[in-house]
Amino acid sequence: MRKFGYKTRSMAVKGKKLLEVEQLEVVFNTRDGEVKAVNKLDFSMQSGETLAIVGESGSGKSQTALAIMKLLAANGKTRGAARFYGRNLLEMTATEINEVRGEHIAMIFQDPTSSLNPYMTIEEQMLEVLMRHRKMSRKDARLRVLEMLTQVDIPDPERRIRQYPHEYSGGMQQRVLIAMGLLCQPELLIADEPTTALDVTVQDQIKRLMRELKEKFNTSILLITHDLGVVAGLADKVLVMYAGQLVESAPVDEIFYRPRHPYTAALLKAVPRLDQVGDYDMHPIPGNPPNLLKLPKGCAFRNRCEMAFDACAQMPEVREVAPGHKLRCFLDGGALK
Amino acid sequence: MLNYSLRRLAWAFPTLLLLITVAFFMIRVAPGGPFDSEKNLPPEIEQNLNAKYHLDEPLVQQYFRYLGQILRFDFGPSFQYRDWTVNQLIAKGFPVSLSIGALAMLLSFTLGIGIGTIAALRQNSVLDHGLMGYAMLGISIPNFVIAPLLILVISVYWGWLPSGGWEWNWRNMVLPVITLAMPVTAYIARLMRGSMIEVLHSDFIRTARAKGLSEMTVIRRHAMKPALLPVISFMGPALAGLITGSVVIEKIFAIPGIGSFFVQGAMNRDYTLVMGVVIFYGALIILFNFLVDLIYAWLNPRVHYK
Repeated sequence: MRKFGYKTRSMAVKGKKLLEVEQLEVVFNTRDGEVKAVNKLDFSMQSGETLAIVGESGSGKSQTALAIMKLLAANGKTRGAARFYGRNLLEMTATEINEVRGEHIAMIFQDPTSSLNPYMTIEEQMLEVLMRHRKMSRKDARLRVLEMLTQVDIPDPERRIRQYPHEYSGGMQQRVLIAMGLLCQPELLIADEPTTALDVTVQDQIKRLMRELKEKFNTSILLITHDLGVVAGLADKVLVMYAGQLVESAPVDEIFYRPRHPYTAALLKAVPRLDQVGDYDMHPIPGNPPNLLKLPKGCAFRNRCEMAFDACAQMPEVREVAPGHKLRCFLDGGALK
Repeated sequence: MLNYSLRRLAWAFPTLLLLITVAFFMIRVAPGGPFDSEKNLPPEIEQNLNAKYHLDEPLVQQYFRYLGQILRFDFGPSFQYRDWTVNQLIAKGFPVSLSIGALAMLLSFTLGIGIGTIAALRQNSVLDHGLMGYAMLGISIPNFVIAPLLILVISVYWGWLPSGGWEWNWRNMVLPVITLAMPVTAYIARLMRGSMIEVLHSDFIRTARAKGLSEMTVIRRHAMKPALLPVISFMGPALAGLITGSVVIEKIFAIPGIGSFFVQGAMNRDYTLVMGVVIFYGALIILFNFLVDLIYAWLNPRVHYK
C-alpha cells in the first residue's frame, strides 16, 4: 500500500474502478515481423466482480493477463493503459509494479507442475511472499501460511509445508499456488487457465475452491480460459476474444442464453454435450484462427463465419447493443437489425 | 542414499581394474623398453636388470604380480629414478600439482560462473557478445599455445613473472594457473550462460516475479541453484580436463609435479611410474565424480539415488 500511493485498503476501494483496460495493445517483434497479439482491447472490472476472458488458443487472452502484470516476454511491448485503481500499471517502474504484484494483484498460471520452484520447499516459497510484502516475522508468516493451506484443503499442512513441489499432486500444487496468491488478500486474482492442465475430477475441485474463496475473501478474479464450464460456474461477466480483439462482452447469462456474435454462438455450440442420447454430432467451428502476421482485411472471423456477407470486408466497430452488452458485428444475434 | 553410495564405491573397483589392465598392456605394447636409452648396455647387465624388475617373466605373470603389488598400495620402484619408488615420486609431485590444480579449479569456477551469469542477464548485449567471444577463444586456443604466448609477453618482454621453474611462492604459480584455468573458465562461462538463460525462461521464475520479488531476489533465490546444477555436474569432467592440461603445462613451465613425471616416464618407458600416475589420477577422478554426484543429489531434491 505505502509506496503504491494508497494509504489504506479501503481508500483504494472507494470511488475508483478496480481495473480499467483502455485500448490495450500487445505487440511482439518476431523474426517474421510485428505480431499484434492484442488489438485495442477495452474492458473494465468493478471490485468484487469476476470477469472471464474466453477465446481459442492464440486469441490474445493470456497475453492480456501477462501485459497487465508486466510479465510479457522480452520482445513484447504494450500500448494503451491498464489502470488499477486509477494508476496505469503499464507505466510503472520495476519497483512500483513489484509493490503491486503479489500484494494487490496475484496471478496463478496454467501449469501448476512447472509453476512452483522445484528446488525450494513449499514453506520457503510461501513465506517469501509475506516476508516481502508484509515484513512479517518468520514465525507469524508461518502461521498465516498454515492457515491459508488449511483454507485450500491441503491435508496435514504442518508436515506438507516442509515438502518439495514434486511430492504434491498436480491438483494440490494448484491449490498451493492459489493459497500463495491469496496470502496477502489481493484485490485482484488473475487466473490464467487455472484448470487446463488438470484431470477433469480435479478441475472440478479447483473450480469449487475458487468459487468458495472468491466469496470468502471478496477477491475479484480475472479468469482466462477456454473452458466454458469454468466460466458458467464462476464468472459475472464474459469477454469473448478473437484474433486479439474483443468480439462480444456481456453479463454471463446474456452470453450463455442470448449470444449475439456468430463466433460466441459457435463456441457455445461446439461444447460437447453428454446429455444427448444416441447419435450425437460434434459441432466444431470449421477452419483455423487467422495468422496474426497477416490478418485478413475486415472482420477477422469472416472466413469461418456462416453469416458473413459483403459488409464484413470492413472491420465492424464495437457497439453497445444492450446495457453492458458490447458486440463487434454488423449483425445482431445473426440477423440484420 | 548410503546404500547408493556404497554401491557406487564398489563399482570403482572394476573400473579401476579395467583401467589398470588396459594401461598395463598398452605401455608394454609400445616399442622400446625402460633400459633402451642406456648406451651400449652389455647383454648380461640388461639381463640382470630385467631379472631384478621381473621383466623376464611372461607378460601375464608380470600382470598378476603387479596386481598383487597394487593391492598393497605399492606401485614399485621407478625404472628411471632408481633411488625413488613411484609412491615417493607421487608423494613428492602431488602437492605441487594439487596446489596448481586446485587454484585453477577455484579460479575457473568463480570466474566462469560470474561471467556466465552476467552474460545471461545481459543477453545479446555488446557485453554478452564480448564475453562469449572471449570464451570461444579460450576454448579453441590450446594451452600449449597460450602458455608460450603468456611467457613471451609477461615474462620475456615485461619481465613481471618468472617464465618457469618452481618455488613455493605465488609468482611461480600465476602463469601456470591462468593457462590451466583459461579453457575451463571459458567452458563453464558458456555452460552457465546457457543454463541461466534457460532457467530464467521457466514457469517458476514467472511465478516468482508475479509475487513481486525484485529481479535480484528472483535470480539469487530462485534461479541460481537450478542454473548451477549443470555446472556442478561438469566438475567431474573439469577435473579430468585440468589433469590432462597439467601434464602439458607442468612440462612447459618446468614444474616438478606429477604431470611432468608422467611425461618423463612415458618417454623413458618407465613402466611403473606411468602406471602409478595413471592409477593414481584414475582413482582421483573416480572419487571426485562420486563426490560431485553426492553434491548434486544434495542440491536437487528431485534426485533420489536408490
